[in-house]
Amino acid sequence: MSTTRTFLVVAGAALLVGAVAGCAPEDEDPPATDPTAADACAAEQLPTREPGILTVGTDNPAYPPWFVDNEPSNGEGFESAVAYAVAEQLGFDQDSVAWTQVTFNNAIAPGPKDFDFDINQFSITDERRQAVDFSSPYYDVRQAVIALADSPIADAASVADLADATLGAQVGTTSYRTITEVVQPDPEPAVYNSNDDAKAALQNGTIDGLVLDLPTAFYMTAAEIEDSVIVGQLPQPSGGEIEQFGLVLDQDSPLTGCVSQAVDALRDDGTLAQLEQQWLAQVADAPELS
Amino acid sequence: MTDYRPSELERRRQAYRRRQTAVSVAVAAVSTAVVGVLLYLAVTGAPGWDRVRATFLNPEVARDAFPDVLRGLWLNVRLLFFCALGALALGLGIALLRTLRPAVFFPLRALATSYTYVFRGAPLIIVLYLLTFGVPGLRLAGTPSVLVLGGVALVVTYGAYLAEVFRAGIESVHPSQRAAARSLGLTYPQTMRHVVLPQAVRRVTPPLLNDRVALQKDVGLISLAGPIDAIRAAQIATAETYNYTPYVVAAGLFVLMAIPLVAVTDWVTLRAARRQSAEGTA
Repeated sequence: MSTTRTFLVVAGAALLVGAVAGCAPEDEDPPATDPTAADACAAEQLPTREPGILTVGTDNPAYPPWFVDNEPSNGEGFESAVAYAVAEQLGFDQDSVAWTQVTFNNAIAPGPKDFDFDINQFSITDERRQAVDFSSPYYDVRQAVIALADSPIADAASVADLADATLGAQVGTTSYRTITEVVQPDPEPAVYNSNDDAKAALQNGTIDGLVLDLPTAFYMTAAEIEDSVIVGQLPQPSGGEIEQFGLVLDQDSPLTGCVSQAVDALRDDGTLAQLEQQWLAQVADAPELS
Repeated sequence: MTDYRPSELERRRQAYRRRQTAVSVAVAAVSTAVVGVLLYLAVTGAPGWDRVRATFLNPEVARDAFPDVLRGLWLNVRLLFFCALGALALGLGIALLRTLRPAVFFPLRALATSYTYVFRGAPLIIVLYLLTFGVPGLRLAGTPSVLVLGGVALVVTYGAYLAEVFRAGIESVHPSQRAAARSLGLTYPQTMRHVVLPQAVRRVTPPLLNDRVALQKDVGLISLAGPIDAIRAAQIATAETYNYTPYVVAAGLFVLMAIPLVAVTDWVTLRAARRQSAEGTA
């Protein structure tokens, strides 16, 4: 009896040791490439997840006007086009770009990433830099309020006019921060899992207005919600710093330097401006709420 | 005769038992220590440990998120209070309908039975969606707020579980108890009220409290309709910092909230067991 127990204890301990050895440290990442070195950013030199393949992540569903038909690989929509432009700049042709579905949480979690970079309207903030790498920004974004045409806030001319409105936003977005920091309405804002839920709540009259990034606001009012209007663009939160979208990479990814360099090159040669013109052109003339 | 001295054999037996107890305690202590140390080494020695610690156990982020998470938790507490009461009442009512015997009540029985079938099977999230997005979509005058509608979704879903728990309790009361009550001249409602239900409810108290703990965790699902509960508040804080510590804060608060109830559940179970096995002897 006593020997059986001792045996069990020893066997259990041995098993645990084995388990610990089994999850022994994996080898660390390859050393970062130095983007200043000649050709360090050439496609064949880049330490991508799979040699010669650039894996790009985004969420599913992917929404217009950032993507079209929930099909990131068709090259249509602003972000899809930007991803392919970055890939081309790095030397990957269309067929060498693989798309993978990455939820918001997977993109920011500390574990290993299954993408080389993720493009999904991630706003760059210093706080977030503690957890992930951002490339250079590829888009300057503004937040806007939309409402049904017959809503009392449809004619709001200033942020103060929104003080009594129940506003909604998608969770995890800077849109929500804009509500709590810029608008600061009296009713508690409503938070939804996705813009689809928020849209349903707006149509139901559960919320008076929905805060979104401006391109999405344009798309929704034009194509998705009947009789809806853009009330106006909101001022930037937190000291007027311009909100910008960046590509998300694993923290200390060896690719960050090269990807940023590619984005910078695309901005300098006017490609980003031209893609903006092509996919987000209507965005220009929404009224400003001050 | 007055001076009891254990025999030599008995003394050896006692010494042996003491030795065995000491050995057991020592083995348990050593194995616990070994497991603890191995787990500690495995977790802290992992290559990503520093990053995981910074991401999940960051004191500054926890401090910043705490007030918002606590405010969210207050919503959970209020919802829990009303939904638990509502679900208990609904569950008991349905159980009473399901246990009606006369043939004339067949439609009520059938209705109650199909209710428990449907709402135990339907995922809570879908019920929440239907009620909080579907009902306001009808745009009827006087539609209650999504908070109330979400509460109704929780009540009808949990009411179905509780109805089955109550039914099990009612059916566990021996038929002779009813027969005896009826032969004393009690009517059916009186029999239920004074004889069957007191015994039934006592028997099912542990599973009822169990479901109540489960409800405590599920009330937060209402956040999909817009209100900000503790988990949602943690999610918002996480999205601002890309740091998961707020979730750990919320989890800690939920555990703290559950501990008193779990303790009460254990105590009630123990008391019931003692009463049923050795009534009058204690």
